[in-house]
Amino acid sequence: MSLFKISGGTVYDPANGVDGQVRDIWISEGRIVDAPADPQVRPERMLDAAGLVVMPGGIDMHCHIAGPKVNMARKMRPEEKRQAEPVRRTPRTHSGTMGSVPSTFATGYKYAGLGYTTAFDAAIPPLSARHAHEEFADTPCIDKGFYVLMGNNHYVMKSIEQNEPEKLKAFVAWLLAAAKGFAPKLVNPGGVEVWKSRQAGNVSGLDETVASFNVTPRQIIRGVAQAADDLKLPHSVHIHSNMLGMPGNWATTLDTMQSLEGHRGHLTHIQFHSYGGGEGDENTFNSKVQPLVDYVNQHKNITVDVGQVLFGKTTSMTGDGPLGYYLSNVYKSKWFSGDTEMEAGCGIAPIEYRNKSLVHSLQWAIGLEWYLLMEDPWRVVMSTDHPNGGSFLAYPQIVRLLMDRTWRQEMLKTVNPLVRQRSQLADLDREYSLSEICIITRAAPARILGLAHKGHLGPGADADITIYTPDENKETMFELPRYVIKAGEVIVEQGEIREPVYGKTLHVSPEFDPGIEPDIADWFEKYYSIRFRNYPVTADYMHTSREVACGKEG
Amino acid sequence: MSTLIEQPAAETAADSLKIVEDATCTFCGCVCDDITLKVQGDEIVEAKSACVLGKAWFLNHSVEHRPVCLVDGQPASLEQGVERAARILAGATYPIIYGLSDTTCEAQRVAVSIGDWIGGNVDTTTSVCHGPSGMAFQGVGEVTCTLGEIRNRGDLIIFWGSNPAESHPRHFTKYSLTPKGMFLPRGRKDRTCVLVDVRKTKSANAADIFLQIKPRKDFEALWTLRALAKGVELDPAGVEADTGVPLSSWQDLMTRMKAARFGVLLFGMGLTMTRGKHLNSEALLALTRDMNAHTRFVAKPMRGHGNVTGADNVVSWRTGYPFGVNLSRGYPRFNPGEYTTADTLARGEADAAMIIASDPMSNFSQPAREHLAKIPYIALDPKETPTTRQAAVAFTTATYGINTPGTVYRMDDVPIPLRPAFESPYPSDYDVLSALETRVRELKAVSLRA
Amino acid sequence: MPETFILIPGRTSKQGCGISEGKFKENYQSEINVVQVAPQDMQRLGLSDGDRVRLTSPSGRIEVAVTAARGDELPPGLLFIAYGDMSSRLMGGDTHGSGMPTSKGLDVELEKIG
Repeated sequence: MSLFKISGGTVYDPANGVDGQVRDIWISEGRIVDAPADPQVRPERMLDAAGLVVMPGGIDMHCHIAGPKVNMARKMRPEEKRQAEPVRRTPRTHSGTMGSVPSTFATGYKYAGLGYTTAFDAAIPPLSARHAHEEFADTPCIDKGFYVLMGNNHYVMKSIEQNEPEKLKAFVAWLLAAAKGFAPKLVNPGGVEVWKSRQAGNVSGLDETVASFNVTPRQIIRGVAQAADDLKLPHSVHIHSNMLGMPGNWATTLDTMQSLEGHRGHLTHIQFHSYGGGEGDENTFNSKVQPLVDYVNQHKNITVDVGQVLFGKTTSMTGDGPLGYYLSNVYKSKWFSGDTEMEAGCGIAPIEYRNKSLVHSLQWAIGLEWYLLMEDPWRVVMSTDHPNGGSFLAYPQIVRLLMDRTWRQEMLKTVNPLVRQRSQLADLDREYSLSEICIITRAAPARILGLAHKGHLGPGADADITIYTPDENKETMFELPRYVIKAGEVIVEQGEIREPVYGKTLHVSPEFDPGIEPDIADWFEKYYSIRFRNYPVTADYMHTSREVACGKEG
Repeated sequence: MSTLIEQPAAETAADSLKIVEDATCTFCGCVCDDITLKVQGDEIVEAKSACVLGKAWFLNHSVEHRPVCLVDGQPASLEQGVERAARILAGATYPIIYGLSDTTCEAQRVAVSIGDWIGGNVDTTTSVCHGPSGMAFQGVGEVTCTLGEIRNRGDLIIFWGSNPAESHPRHFTKYSLTPKGMFLPRGRKDRTCVLVDVRKTKSANAADIFLQIKPRKDFEALWTLRALAKGVELDPAGVEADTGVPLSSWQDLMTRMKAARFGVLLFGMGLTMTRGKHLNSEALLALTRDMNAHTRFVAKPMRGHGNVTGADNVVSWRTGYPFGVNLSRGYPRFNPGEYTTADTLARGEADAAMIIASDPMSNFSQPAREHLAKIPYIALDPKETPTTRQAAVAFTTATYGINTPGTVYRMDDVPIPLRPAFESPYPSDYDVLSALETRVRELKAVSLRA
Repeated sequence: MPETFILIPGRTSKQGCGISEGKFKENYQSEINVVQVAPQDMQRLGLSDGDRVRLTSPSGRIEVAVTAARGDELPPGLLFIAYGDMSSRLMGGDTHGSGMPTSKGLDVELEKIG
């Protein structure tokens, strides 16, 4: 048993109450261990972290990095890759391309280079689960997992329509296990099914009946949230609410929170769902973060990630088919739409956030309001909904915006001036501490995901550690970690990949009544275009993996 | 990897029969995964549910007794072949890797790695199939869906420059025309089928309406429809002179397209291989997009080879670009017409090649073949072909889907697992490429952990 | 006198099956070595099934047998041949920047041999 010691670093480990104290960290076999009882024991390897800041590895709990939608976006945007800095092969690493949708190897290297050691793709149709796993096998350096799209799944809607919660629960479990996914995901629940059924179809609120199914989005949200809780899944239902991006959608978002009826629920990229104003009316567009934050502050069953918008060009990609159509019409851009039978949709369009635009400037401000107004940092997570709001590579910039109010005010001067009237960002003088940054980028996502072995530096935790050189400019500090350690191996030094490791795929396998399988099989063979037997992802697709146990209370 | 249980000696006799259910046929882009195979020893004796092409595929891939490897036409061991092949690739200035559409994604991934380490080109048969559609996709995007959506919802099915009756025989019955779908309870009676082509192919028998257009006028015909979708007035004489079809027929088609609930345009190489190429595909994809202002409409290229769609996906996720990728500067660059194989060969640029599961010596232009014959190249194929015959190193490999497990992507990007019928004495493409990659890494001083 | 036609190479069932059976086998070879001609053109040019013709494009020249296209499959002026070694010999090397040589709709001259 070889020991590795990181000595004398200034440690931030909020999950264990450590807030900037000088500590040693001991590692053995990829895990953090207690310091040896015998003070004579010497480690085989040592890393001097004196004067450096030590944190758990970052966790991106909502991004788009693998699977059919991401790969379509790669294929669709050669123009961006040609302009981006090339990712050259080295004797230790594969080559790749950047742009807003990096190739798989580049994705792994760049996350690691940023000090992130775990990331979850947020939207995989289970019919394409195999594809996501294949890409994961080519995404080095990080642990990864994905959420399984089920908000427009016919079996889900059918079970709810027939008022069979037990059947729903068993199906959710079966589907997660079949896809080797991590959590149930709802994207515009019900709305994507309507999109498939008629021109520009969508639902407008939680109580509109979904075409061909006698169910409402409210019932889908409530039903899957309950199933996730009943199954004691490590992560709750992960919700991309209806009406994303529409003026006035905050009411639908509040409705979504209420529809959980006390069940756990994670509302993702909440920024895109916090808008006031009249329907389709940009002139009345404004921030409605306050009433939503008030509700979240009072309801501990709810967690959020932000989906921060940064200015510049990027690619919008979503399981929300009608949203892709809307955006491609707004931008007059090329457009990909892909409907997956029985399950899901997909929309992709190149977009640009401009700081002269009132709408885009407000989106930027609304994201920041969420970070600054949430009282409890343990229930708000940093995200850009990569690449939808911007690249994950913008995280250091967000850190600076949160830690440095002077700079934030400078930035505010450069955006559309009407933002000062339509949001309260100018009046917010809160600054995040390093410990709070540590919470919203690693400790909180680990806790929200139910990953007991991540997001902290206590004994038993994965030895995923990021070591930073302190700097007055927090963007500088966070964009180039001094060392990144994955499962006890130094994989990055000052931005350069040292020893590429591949990381694990995290998935769940909840227990369910196998008596449901014949019913699923009957339905499946009737409507799917592949055979039931060829649907579940078998164990040989998991290169290295870790099943995360269900059963712990949320 | 094998899940086969070792047979006791008494049962290895020729009469031992094995049944493989839900096996996957990889002959064409339909990738039918509902085939029941009857296997006797190392021979498939029956392929239930397979079409004529599928039957020929399954019944003709018994083990042929050929050397596992030929070096300069002489039998050699696998190790000798790998060594020679690795030295050819690692020592070349402008090596190219081509083919890949008839092998597993697992093998394709290794091939791209080799391309990276040797700084060569990675190109697939996509470039001479729907490569132009891939370029069109980059221009305008694509509105599409999985084949099950067509089966459950498609009430107007238009085939354009595609002859599925001969190229994808089960497409009609499994996905697009006859199945009873969720919203089409009467199956074929609930659908209208239109065929647009320059000749009245066997697929015309399956269509309700056949529009015979003039050869090389697909672009003009598609733009006629785009104009009609937008309500632009057209000169009847001009339209008929250009397209060979009266304006009234186009107007009738547009009326049907707008009235459809879920329209589908399935297009073939009649567009991509004809003058106009990517501009033809782009016109069709743009028309599909236009139609979504009126109703739901989707388009889908009819992909040919069993895993050509997997090749597009693998090359895209690893390099960012779908085909025609050059890695000689140490990072991926993309330029169809420059890094595509038809060009690098015809222009005499490549100085070594590796051809995986493809036969350019039959299918490429004369100048391309002449150049390929001049350079040392490696070929991997289960069968003997004009390409394997002239290779410096030719590996006989196991047949994917019949002998080896792995993953293929159907024409609609749905990944499907393979259920091999019997073990082959030959190594898989994956095995050969993996051995080759290990040796290339050594020659190029690349870490084995990368 | 050679006459100009438009040649459409394409897939056929027999050609597809032939790939699996083996490219050096009779089935495949016979399929890719026959060009289909519209019956009206056959009659006009005095061709019968099995006659040999020479097809010449700006890029190559092949000699194949002719057969009359069934029914109205082919309009006059068009030729069809199963995609393969023979058809590819008529293709040019230039892809016009697309990666794809013009492989359908080729201008060819047809001339009866002997």
